[in-house]
Amino acid sequence: MLAATGSEAAIAFVEIGVIAVGLSFLALIAGRFGITAVPLYLIAGLAFGDGGIVDVTASSDFVSLTAEIGVLLLLLTLGLEYSADELRTGIRTGALPGLLDMALNFTPGVALGLLLGWSTPASVLLGGITWVSSSGIISKVLNDLGRLGNRETPTVLNLLVIEDLAMAVYLPVAAALVIGGTAADTALTVGIALVTVVVILWGGLKFGHLLSRSLTIGSDETLLLAVFGLTLVVAGLAQQLQVSAAIGAFLVGLALSGEAQRRTRHLIEPLRDLFAAVFFVMFSFQIDPRDLLPVILPALALAVVTALGKVATGWWAAGRAGVGRRGRMRAGTMLIARGEFAIVVAAIGASLTEGPELAALAAAYVLLTDAIGPISTKFADRLVRA
Amino acid sequence: MADITETNLPGVGVRHEFVTESGQHVGVISHRGGRREILVYDRDDPDSCSMVVHLTEHDSRTLNELLGVSRVTDSLAAVEQQIEGLAIDWIPIAEGSSFVGRSIADGMFRTSTGVSIVAVVRDASTVPSPRPDFVFSIGDTAVCVGTDEGLAAVRSRLTA
Repeated sequence: MLAATGSEAAIAFVEIGVIAVGLSFLALIAGRFGITAVPLYLIAGLAFGDGGIVDVTASSDFVSLTAEIGVLLLLLTLGLEYSADELRTGIRTGALPGLLDMALNFTPGVALGLLLGWSTPASVLLGGITWVSSSGIISKVLNDLGRLGNRETPTVLNLLVIEDLAMAVYLPVAAALVIGGTAADTALTVGIALVTVVVILWGGLKFGHLLSRSLTIGSDETLLLAVFGLTLVVAGLAQQLQVSAAIGAFLVGLALSGEAQRRTRHLIEPLRDLFAAVFFVMFSFQIDPRDLLPVILPALALAVVTALGKVATGWWAAGRAGVGRRGRMRAGTMLIARGEFAIVVAAIGASLTEGPELAALAAAYVLLTDAIGPISTKFADRLVRA
Repeated sequence: MADITETNLPGVGVRHEFVTESGQHVGVISHRGGRREILVYDRDDPDSCSMVVHLTEHDSRTLNELLGVSRVTDSLAAVEQQIEGLAIDWIPIAEGSSFVGRSIADGMFRTSTGVSIVAVVRDASTVPSPRPDFVFSIGDTAVCVGTDEGLAAVRSRLTA
């Protein structure tokens, strides 16, 4: 159980408390520099985990559950970002750029995985890590650089919508591959998962407003408990159907609309900040910093190749929308940063033999793109003649 | 009125833009939380903004006042309400008013002028049918119904 005997509980409190206080300092530093805290959490986990100062064995059950819930809340808030209309528009306008995005950014990851001699599941996971840009980092950078009004911004935002939807399909497939089994087994699992996703998505879009209306009758406390509980239930059921709990949470977020959506976003964000921070730190805690050294070069190579891939995708998609050359470069460079999804995908591969290497590569890759992305987009105007 | 283009920003809100008569591209982003951003597009790089002004909901209302929109709406509404000797007036309680901190009952408006205060607008919300013990604050607007002479009398008392 969570809180065992008196002294065990006391140790757990101190351990978790120290971690939380440390994370608050990181968030403060991140705020001062105008960046999101995620890269700092990763660095902290790398610095202090596995042979570091804090040993969290006394509290590991609680911490790992907290981390799992962190992923669910991350995806719930992601789903809460969008309304049904935005989804439909995103699908319509973003289908083609989405395909280009996948071709240019998923393929290098898979290719590198196979080159390194990894199994197919591990390579597919690596492809997922290099594919999706970080909505969290990008929306922050857009705000900080005052680019929300720019003509290329809708292109960027629509592409993020498409990527998030693509993940709804990708994650069940990847999870099924990790579980393994014969080709027929895997195909069946994936088939069931995809049908489930489509059914929940359709149901959510169609009947979401009924759900939302029934949720608004209560107080904030009622709403919070209801949504939190619903998310966990749907996520758990989804996991049973091999859909991946994270996608279950995402779909719950998508289903909510109107006032329920607005109030839930407001209530869930603090919880998400807390739980998700634990997830990121715990992820990198398990990475031995020494494992980073052999993966630095592959990570760098991937970062460069997929950075170019994102620039090409953004350039083409923005050009299609009639944006000028400078705007196209701004769009392309804006998409480079990777973050939350990459780590979530890497965590799926934890049970594989390549798991530790995958985690180390993912951490290094995310840190590199988080540096390259925001910096290059800040100076994007200088990279292009008007 | 010029053509207004509307663009959806998924996860953020809506952007509206138009071209002024002098050829300048101007836009407004309405965030979902109520914040607004005023955008002035750059002449050399028409995809980017040379200026972005961040407005809270309060700022938006202030700007609205400056642009004269709400006053026009108020007077139009006031005119429409004149029915058979009955009129409605929106009377603001400004800083120097003698009624700041005093209640409606104190004013004995209905007994002395026949005017009823049917609502008080405070910030973004309206208090309908305020009780006699309702106390005025700076920035309130009293919505009053009565005869023209009665309203004039109440106005001079509330703004004195």
